[in-house]
Amino acid sequence: MSQYVAPVRDMLFVMQELAGLAEVSALPGWEDAGAELAEAVLEEAGRFAGEVIAPLNVVGDREGSRLVDGKVAVPTGFAEAYHQFVEAGWGGISSPEAFGGQSLPQLLAKPVTEMWKSACLAFSLCPMLTQGALEALLHHGTPEQQNAYLAKLVSGEWTGTMNLTEPQAGSDLSAVRSRAMPEDDHYRIFGSKIFITWGEHDVTENIVHLVLARLPDAPAGVKGISLFVVPKYLLNADGTPGTRNDVQCVSLEHKLGIHGSPTAVLAFGESAGAIGYLVGEPNRGLEYMFTMMNHARLAVGLEGVAISERAYQQARDYARERVQGRALGHESAGPIIRHPDVRRMLMTMKSQAEAMRALAYVTAAYMDLAARHTDPAERARYQSRVELLTPVVKGWCTETAQEVASLGVQVHGGMGFIEETGAAQHLRDARITTIYEGTTGIQANDLLGRKTLREQGRTLLALIEEMRADTARVGALDGEAFRQLAAAQNVAIKELEGATRHLIDAASVDPQLAFAGAVPYLMLLGTVCGGWQMVRAAAAAQAHLAAGESAAFYRAKIDTALFYADHILPRAMTHAHVVRHGARATLALDESAF
Amino acid sequence: MKIVVPVKRVIDANVKVRLKSDGSAVDSDNVKMSMNPFDEIAVEEAIRLKEAGVAGEIVAVSIGSDACQDVLRSALAMGADRALLIRTEAVLEPLAVAKLLREVVAREQPQLVICGKQSTDGDANQAGQMLAGLLGWPQATFASKLDIGADGATVTREIDGGLEIIAVTLPAVVTTDLRLNSPRYTTLPNIMKAKKKPLDVIALDEFGVDTRPRLTTLGLAEPAARSAGVRVADVAELLAKLKNEAKVI
Repeated sequence: MSQYVAPVRDMLFVMQELAGLAEVSALPGWEDAGAELAEAVLEEAGRFAGEVIAPLNVVGDREGSRLVDGKVAVPTGFAEAYHQFVEAGWGGISSPEAFGGQSLPQLLAKPVTEMWKSACLAFSLCPMLTQGALEALLHHGTPEQQNAYLAKLVSGEWTGTMNLTEPQAGSDLSAVRSRAMPEDDHYRIFGSKIFITWGEHDVTENIVHLVLARLPDAPAGVKGISLFVVPKYLLNADGTPGTRNDVQCVSLEHKLGIHGSPTAVLAFGESAGAIGYLVGEPNRGLEYMFTMMNHARLAVGLEGVAISERAYQQARDYARERVQGRALGHESAGPIIRHPDVRRMLMTMKSQAEAMRALAYVTAAYMDLAARHTDPAERARYQSRVELLTPVVKGWCTETAQEVASLGVQVHGGMGFIEETGAAQHLRDARITTIYEGTTGIQANDLLGRKTLREQGRTLLALIEEMRADTARVGALDGEAFRQLAAAQNVAIKELEGATRHLIDAASVDPQLAFAGAVPYLMLLGTVCGGWQMVRAAAAAQAHLAAGESAAFYRAKIDTALFYADHILPRAMTHAHVVRHGARATLALDESAF
Repeated sequence: MKIVVPVKRVIDANVKVRLKSDGSAVDSDNVKMSMNPFDEIAVEEAIRLKEAGVAGEIVAVSIGSDACQDVLRSALAMGADRALLIRTEAVLEPLAVAKLLREVVAREQPQLVICGKQSTDGDANQAGQMLAGLLGWPQATFASKLDIGADGATVTREIDGGLEIIAVTLPAVVTTDLRLNSPRYTTLPNIMKAKKKPLDVIALDEFGVDTRPRLTTLGLAEPAARSAGVRVADVAELLAKLKNEAKVI
């Protein structure tokens, strides 16, 4: 079983050299959030992730959360680690100071989130959902609701959940049937919710459920859904948890992965009805959910990065230790890391993990710039970047994580198929990430429809121009490596631009044909954006080498970028071909021919 | 009561230490550095004394390059009140460290100095003892338990074959052993607060202390690689090998 060591230096490199930590810490209110604080925060978070959370990963997988006599038993050690997590104050890293948080920028918070997710994905979901609930109340709750719940959610003393899905309402939430009946100053909620992450447990003294339900007079469809806050224990006058509310955990799901996380089926209103309070205005619940979606989707995209990193570390450690066969050019049997194909697999894992991390952190920095840039026009420009890149980070990073985690098993050979080594868990855990918080198909439709076609590719074409300018700058650096990197990146950018223009034209003729290419297009954009970041990383590394700094770390950045350019970037051609030529064949068969 | 805690920046305990390719020194390029683990225990003990109302102020001191500010910030984030860096690019020997700490004690007038028993890089296990000698203070080394009373400190020491309990008057130098405590995880709010705590930097020259090396390094070598083991058929063969080949029984 391998340890998790947070890649603090890689993270700081991306934050400083690619995502613009200096620009973010120049924004109003974030003056302290510079390199020194970033390093201190990442070091300590890395230590906590490695020593306290990472050991839970295997235990969580083997034991799973179980429902015993109506109570949820979380795996051994989870509750203690969670209490330590709360005590150390990590939950409130980016939450407002007014409610006890530290109000740090996303560019600092997201790398820390990545660490929790690498260490134990199942554990990390609890603070993540709590974050979702607290943001819903922060943006849309009444002052009374905020005072009642926010400080406890920021500290993590209470956890939060998001109750959206019902058996007939998955990706299509317009089909939500749960009902809310008005009564005095509150509502009585009735209905059944499924897939509720960390929906029930006794780790904390209360759970704050955010629930989508319909009012009696609500219009049908998406415009008739309201948002309610439903505490597990109703609050006493002094704000402490009191009477048990009418919400029960009916069962826990048996899942392919993330076994440690209790995925609950919750029944609201089995007797008198669960008491809930309306959040915001009636019938605007779904709209409120969308306001929080960028954060949640970026967080799940980070899960792709996080699992890839963990799978890579494990495969690398195994490849260094496992002695098997005499590699070419060696006298005797040695560790399998000497075999060229093992190297190819490790580089495929490492280069993509680095490319994904870079794009995710750059997007996090755009969020910060969109939130606090002093120029409103710049804020708007960065916001449109966030809107564009969020489905890419979510879709591309989680899809790529499937490949990376699978290669992690492959590096282990037969031992990878045996659960004891732990490589298989990463593959199983990774599998949910392309599904929840919007499947890859949904991300791709969002990218193509709302983020590209609706504005005729304006934001995207501007991004392409920025990629071109960065690539030209790198290509002008002294050295064959930079000419190679720039040449490969320019070819990929051209493919991206061609595919984008093709889709804009195709959609005006037959939208179905355009959307048949949505996922390949998302993968194309992710692959090319990844290449863009790798090229930038190589240039930044070169600047450090030129300044005479310690070499190995920076040379590896250039070599890893070259690997990406030759092994991963050519996939852009494939994706672009599919986008341009593959749609008709996708839709050729009649439904009945399947 | 004021406590001074010296902290040293060393190669992280989880890093496999290697020599530079020319064998001239330990390779510390690109290597993760951290606070010496015994010093972490010392900081933790000082904080516990403060939380118990015994200590008033905790001053963390480090000697080295500007890079040492990170371990001082760690000490501040754990709970030290202020920090002092004696800046030098030179690698100092224990006697030089002890002399500088004597000057720090003269300035700060603490009632207690808590040192790690040794640093995990040099493993000399000397600075604390030398400091006590230079100051003419009592010393209680390898502490696994520390109680501060009205007339001094009672210290449980880990010695070969058991524990020794001694009483020392204050001021005194105490050096920490592994089992004294388990250092806490630093909280995020405290990391934020540490940024605002005072950290003074004084150049080594200002102390006017002779820190010239007394020792000459003749050579450095990595430990011999472990040779492959052998599988024995039964206990009798094991005993025979231990007796005849290893000659340990």
